[in-house]
Formats: sequence, structure tokens, C-alpha cells
Amino acid sequence: MDRPDRGRHKVFLGMAAGVGKTYAMLEEGHEYLEDGDDVVLGVLETHGREATAGRAVGLEILPRRTVHYRGSTLEEMDLPGILQRRPAVCLIDELAHTNAPGVEHGKRYEDVEDVLNAGIHVVSTMNVQHLESLNDLVTELTGVRVRETVPDAVLARADDVVVVDLTPEELLERLRAGRVYPQERIEAALNGFFTVENLVSLREVALRQVAEAVGAQRVTRVELGSRGRSMSGEKAASAVAERLLALVRPRPQDQRVVRRAWRSAQRLGAPLDVLWVQPTRDLGDEEDRGLRALRRLCALLGAELHVIESDDVTRTVKEFARERRTTYVLLGSPHVPRGLDRFRDALPVRLVRALEGIDVRIVADRALRDDPEEQETAW
Amino acid sequence: MVIAGLVLAAVLALGLVIGWWLPPSGRRPARAQRGGDTRRILLPFSGEALSTRALDAAIRLALAEGATLMPAYLATVPLALPLEAAMPRQAGLALPVLEAVEQRASRKGIPTDCRVSRGRTRRDALRRLVAEEDVDRIIVAARRNGDPGFTQDDIAWLLESAQAEVLVLRPGPDDHRMVTAKAVRGYF
Repeated sequence: MDRPDRGRHKVFLGMAAGVGKTYAMLEEGHEYLEDGDDVVLGVLETHGREATAGRAVGLEILPRRTVHYRGSTLEEMDLPGILQRRPAVCLIDELAHTNAPGVEHGKRYEDVEDVLNAGIHVVSTMNVQHLESLNDLVTELTGVRVRETVPDAVLARADDVVVVDLTPEELLERLRAGRVYPQERIEAALNGFFTVENLVSLREVALRQVAEAVGAQRVTRVELGSRGRSMSGEKAASAVAERLLALVRPRPQDQRVVRRAWRSAQRLGAPLDVLWVQPTRDLGDEEDRGLRALRRLCALLGAELHVIESDDVTRTVKEFARERRTTYVLLGSPHVPRGLDRFRDALPVRLVRALEGIDVRIVADRALRDDPEEQETAW
Repeated sequence: MVIAGLVLAAVLALGLVIGWWLPPSGRRPARAQRGGDTRRILLPFSGEALSTRALDAAIRLALAEGATLMPAYLATVPLALPLEAAMPRQAGLALPVLEAVEQRASRKGIPTDCRVSRGRTRRDALRRLVAEEDVDRIIVAARRNGDPGFTQDDIAWLLESAQAEVLVLRPGPDDHRMVTAKAVRGYF
């Protein structure tokens, strides 16, 4: 293997501990080894898992260095040792790890940069909740705040990102079987972080984030476990590539459009943009109040509210949808045309014509639906 | 005579043009076109349900006064998160209730203008809401036995601090009836 100026970085990304990231990294190491490449294990965190430790057999493990800090002796990855050894490929577990004070860098992902800059290929691992931009979202979803974070740019710069996927049920089976944590920690894990709801949410986040941030064509999804099926990168990407756009005006009834769009986005596991094409004139008090209400709603939902000043709604939406790769547009019922507006098509019709290949959905007021069987009984 | 005929024809033509120009009358929210003098009735709630009695009272008053109903969800943001952080879990609880309230009000011809407010506690969210929104009346249901209504302290604070008229509903036998996500018409 020729030594490049900068090594390639491959990251195995998972939704939680125990999905098999480290194992996948070791498998990759063995493949390099079989190809005759010079592979070393820079650092390995087995967390006492026998299967993981077993898979490391046969790979050269570089010794850790000892760091003394406030009377404690800590072991850290030996960055100078790796740079001196200069392998072709270095396996480095747990990208988000915080180093002990006194070594070259505060974080392990910074060590990895040095290794890559030395022309060494790196294969590493991390969990999605460590990604900086997702930290708040994951805390809200799971109730657990992760302290060690990795800037999104690290993942975005990686040459390959592989999502190591496992269904929540399979991960829980592994956990109960003692293959993730030792026996004494299983119950606490099941009652805390490892709930089906948390894992489902994290799995969605992992798939979506990677497709968005890294570029769908470079995502490969690897499923482990007996019932898992592999999926090609292209298919995995298309499964998470939906993007919704709610077209609104700052009026009370358009909050309904945002609510419905958000529910649809949740079901599709897709991000949601909210757009108001603001006419080129000053805002009235009602519009100003409506806009503030929309902003607060969007902030709660985690949707992005965009305001673009333009008098050509169709063209603006078309450009926005192309730029954001929108796949669905949702909007409220068109207003009753007045004056010269009677001579042209309604906005939904114009959008359907302009937005080729994009679904356009009109959100109705369901309370106005004639449905004699549905009365007040639901209260 | 001819002139009178011409004038009459001109008036008729003008009437036709105006009639064509104006939007046709249809099924529209009762006060969609009203100006800034609209009365507003605030109906704050938190959690995953809203007191049915509070909503019934708000609808009755809104109908009587021709007011806009403002259901407002009070989101509590844990200290570990920035105040502006997205809260998808709470949003998942709040949105169906807001939708259900809007549908119910809409069936009665009452316009709604939903709000969400966030704070470190429910009181904090309520404080921010009443500070930012100009409302005429606030309707709250008092809590009993762990119902998701407002506590004595919340109500005392509201009576003291809010600039609007506050209508407090005493705890009643129907307090177990709540507006929840199940009340939403259709698939949501």
C-alpha cells in the first residue's frame, strides 16, 4: 500500500454501545491483514466483551502509555508510539474519548487528525449521540446527557462512514444475554438508557444524520446479528432521503400545516423545513405576531423556519426545494382569489406544475369534514 | 329618462363588478377578517392533556364574545438543555392536543391562534407567555388530586401577575375528562 500525504478515515457509527462497532472495526483490520497490509491496533476498548477481545487476536496491539494525573495512573493511547511505528493502517476505538490531561491533545479525535496527517489510514468508531449537533436532541429523546462530544466536521470529513445497524430488539437481546455489559450492570442499563423507545429514536437519528451530513452515496449500512439483512449503500440512503417542506404564511391557520408536516416528517424519519415567502413590503402587526408564534413552534419541533423575501412564490419555492432536495411540499388550502388573482391558477396548481417529481399536499381543516358518525364522542 | 336608464345601468354594472371583485362568501372562520380589536382568550396547558371543562368554558366564552381562542402549550425545558433546544418528545404530546382543540373550536366557528411557550418550569413558561401575549382573558382549571390542572400557587401567581382577567374553574366531578390526542379527528 503506497503511503499517501493524508490517510483515509473510515468511521463505524452506531446508535448505542453494543451494536458491534468495535467488532466491525476489528473485522476490517483482519481484512487489511489478509491483504498483506501493515495493520496495528492503536487503542481497543473491549469493555470486558470476550467476543471483541477474541476478534483482536492476531492483530498487533500497540501498548498504551501511562499518564500520571493528580496521584492517579491512567492509560491512554500512545500517539507518539503510533507515529513512530508508522503502520499503513491504524485501528482506533472510541473517537469521542477524552484524554487525560498532559498528553498532546484533549480529545482522541484530535489524535486521529495527527495520525491521518502522517499518511496513516485510520479506522475508528463512535456512537451517534456523541455527535456535537445531536447532543441536545439525544438528551431530549433519551433523558441522558452525553458529555464527550465530537464536532460534526470530523464525521463530515471522514472518507467513509459505515452505520453499524442492529434492531433495538436484537440489541436488547444481546444486553440481556450479557454480551454488552457485565451481569451486575444489565438491570440498570435496561431500566435506564436501553429502552426500546430510546433505541428506536437513536437508530433513526443515526441513519438520518449520516445520510444528511455525510452524503448519501458514501453511506453503507451494515446489519449484524442473526436476523439482520445487509442493505446496499444506495438503498439505505434512499430509505432516509425524504425531506419535507411546509409552506406557510404567518397566520394562525398555517400552524396546522406545520403540525401536520411535522407529524409526517416524524413518520418518515425526515427533516422538515418551514418556509414563508414574504412579500416585499413591511410586516403588519398580525403578521409579526404570527411570525413569532411560528418561530416558537418551529423551535419546539426542531424544524428550520426560513423567511425569504420575494414576490414570486412559485419561483422561490422551486429554487428552495431544489437547493434543499425537498421531496414533499405541504401547504394550506389556497385563499379565495380576489381581483386579478381570479385570472391565474391557484398556488397549489402552480406548484404542482413547477415542482416536477415532488409531491404536493394540501392540508385541510378536518373539523370541516362532513362526518356524521364522528361527533363529540371522542372527548 | 334615457339618462336615468344609463345611470341605472351603470350602477348595476358597478354592482356586478364589485360583486365579482369581492371574494365569494363561503365557509370561513367566523372572524378571519377582524382587525386588532379582537378579544383573545388564552387557554394554557401542559403535559399530554387539557381539562375538558376548561375547553368547554373557553369555547362558550369565545362564542359569546366573538373572541379568538388561544390554546397554549407550556413546555418545560430541563436545565441540561439550552432554553431554545428542540423538544420533539414534548412536541409529540402537545401537537395532537392543539390539533384537537383547534378542530373542536373550528366546528363551532371559533377562530384559534395556537401558541407554544417554553420555560425552565411550567410557571416560567406561563410567565413568558403572559408577558408576550396580549390577551383579554385567561382560563385555567384548578388541580385536584394530581389532575394535570394548575396548582394553588400557580393560580395565586397568575391572579397577582397577569394583566388579563383570569377565570379559574374550581375542581369538579368531571375533571377526569380530558382532551387528549384521541380527540383528534382523522389520522394525525
